[in-house]
Amino acid sequence: MKSTARRQSHGVKGAPYGFLLPATILFALFFALPIGYAFWLSLRKVKVSGLGLGSGARKEVWAGLENYTDALTDSELVNGALRVLGYGCIVVPVMLGLALLFALMLDSEKVRLAPFTRLAIFLPYAIPGVVAALLWGFLYLPDVSPFYFVLDKLGLPQPDLLDGGPLYLALSNIAVWGGTGFNMIVIYTSLQSIPAEVYEAAKLDGATPAQIALRIKIPMVAPSLVLTFFFSIIATLQVFSEPTTLKPLTNSVSTTWSPLMKVHRDAFGEGDIHGAAAQAVIIAFATLLLSFGFLRAANRRQKQEAAR
Amino acid sequence: MSSLAVSQAEPVAGTAPGTAPGTAQGRPPLRRRIALIPTASLLLGAIYCLLPVAWVVIAATKSGRELFSTFTFLPGTGFADNFQDLSAYRDGVYWSWMGNSALYAGLGALLSTCVSAFSGYALAIYRFRGRETIFNVLLAGVLMPPVILAIPQYLLLAKADLTDSYLSVLLPQILSPYGVYLARIYAAAAVPADVVEAGRMDGASEWRIFTRVALPMMIPGMVTVFLFQFVAIWNNFLLPYIMLSDDEKFPITLGLFTLLEQGANTPALYTLVITGAFLAVLPLVALFLVIQRFWSLDLLSGAVKS
Repeated sequence: MKSTARRQSHGVKGAPYGFLLPATILFALFFALPIGYAFWLSLRKVKVSGLGLGSGARKEVWAGLENYTDALTDSELVNGALRVLGYGCIVVPVMLGLALLFALMLDSEKVRLAPFTRLAIFLPYAIPGVVAALLWGFLYLPDVSPFYFVLDKLGLPQPDLLDGGPLYLALSNIAVWGGTGFNMIVIYTSLQSIPAEVYEAAKLDGATPAQIALRIKIPMVAPSLVLTFFFSIIATLQVFSEPTTLKPLTNSVSTTWSPLMKVHRDAFGEGDIHGAAAQAVIIAFATLLLSFGFLRAANRRQKQEAAR
Repeated sequence: MSSLAVSQAEPVAGTAPGTAPGTAQGRPPLRRRIALIPTASLLLGAIYCLLPVAWVVIAATKSGRELFSTFTFLPGTGFADNFQDLSAYRDGVYWSWMGNSALYAGLGALLSTCVSAFSGYALAIYRFRGRETIFNVLLAGVLMPPVILAIPQYLLLAKADLTDSYLSVLLPQILSPYGVYLARIYAAAAVPADVVEAGRMDGASEWRIFTRVALPMMIPGMVTVFLFQFVAIWNNFLLPYIMLSDDEKFPITLGLFTLLEQGANTPALYTLVITGAFLAVLPLVALFLVIQRFWSLDLLSGAVKS
């Protein structure tokens, strides 16, 4: 091994850097530079003198933390964050709960139609968020929806799915529909890698299928549950295209429904690049904080489990 | 529980699955063959997932009048007209959107796969200074909300006079942190260090070892990376939404969105939106049906384990 390392260090030394060059250049240009630029913008503001006309009237000046204090005291941003929090509290548990349930059922013995149902449940992964929101949007519209048709025939009340509380359910449903299949596949794949002997042994001990699922399967796929949880939280924080797509169909989705929608509106609708940059930095920071907090908690748990 | 399971695994391991004691006794034959509750639940899940797709297939066949007057799941008679109307809409701009999506996703995913393969290979095979740092920094890119990147990306590209161009949508999507992550795991699993070492013994250059020896071994994994990226770019909405203003350059997601925005004021456009959504779903569903046979499940689980 040692001789290998020494021989490597001759002509090979530069090779890994060569292979990493394209990724490094792209990272610098399209990740690092924009992030740095956003941070710099967030610390500046436009000062308008006079009527704001003419070339010298608008000047960029240092703002310090002003944009940040503005953003953090902005009720629209805070409300957007609360809305997304509520939305996430529905989406993440329901989506992952269903994904785990379906994965366990696919993995159970004597189940029929498994290949077909697995494919069908995974299918929404292939459908763009915009198209998914568009399809469900039409299914929520009383004039064209089969649900309203059925409710009407049964003489039941017809709730407005695109307003107030039901709007959360309507939006959550789109995310659950789109994400369950992917998470199911991730969990199912790791279920499949559990050796069969483990189950045989549990059966000999008289464990029921439910006990096997609860006490063997779920603990053994814990790492993939952590991973799916992690990605789901990030995706939820970044919700943008679904509410944006539903917006033309209802008056209840404002242009600032989610924090990212507000950032987009401020930057491109209002032309307030500096304020938008500060909000963007805050959201990025919150995402990082949440992610690392979550990963640390998950790691600690796993270490505890291993120590037992 | 699990320690118990391991200690008892030995005697059972040799027995074939169907002949394990206990399964053949005392159960009614029907229950032995079908697990009813799981099968029924999975079927319900499948119906839920197929419902909007089934709806759009049927709704696309309806004329504007039928859409609001006939039962939702009753096929209509207007598909040919809808198709023609959609194709005629603004001189066939719909088909430009489809072509643009194919270009962005096809070329973008191809370039992205190459960059991921280079990086993944380097990170998996070589031991060098800064390896973990580079990997972690790349991975942190996953956590960046796209809007955070898209606004300064837009401003920077505007300075380079590149906004509202094909490049403005293509370039920022080539580097995929998730793709690099998958490629690293796959390269580590598929390319044995001995083989690389043997290549060096034979005096091959590092580049030659990569293209002739390692890359063929990595192909199945790279197909998965390509497909992930293809779907991700095809489904992307935010970046083109921010970068583009000329609707001739729109991908299909953005095109449909603008069509819906206009359609909200003119219900006559509803049938166009629905037919457009139906046709937009077709290529990806077709791709999906083809790829799910090649879908490397091992790769996904490998990604989860490490």
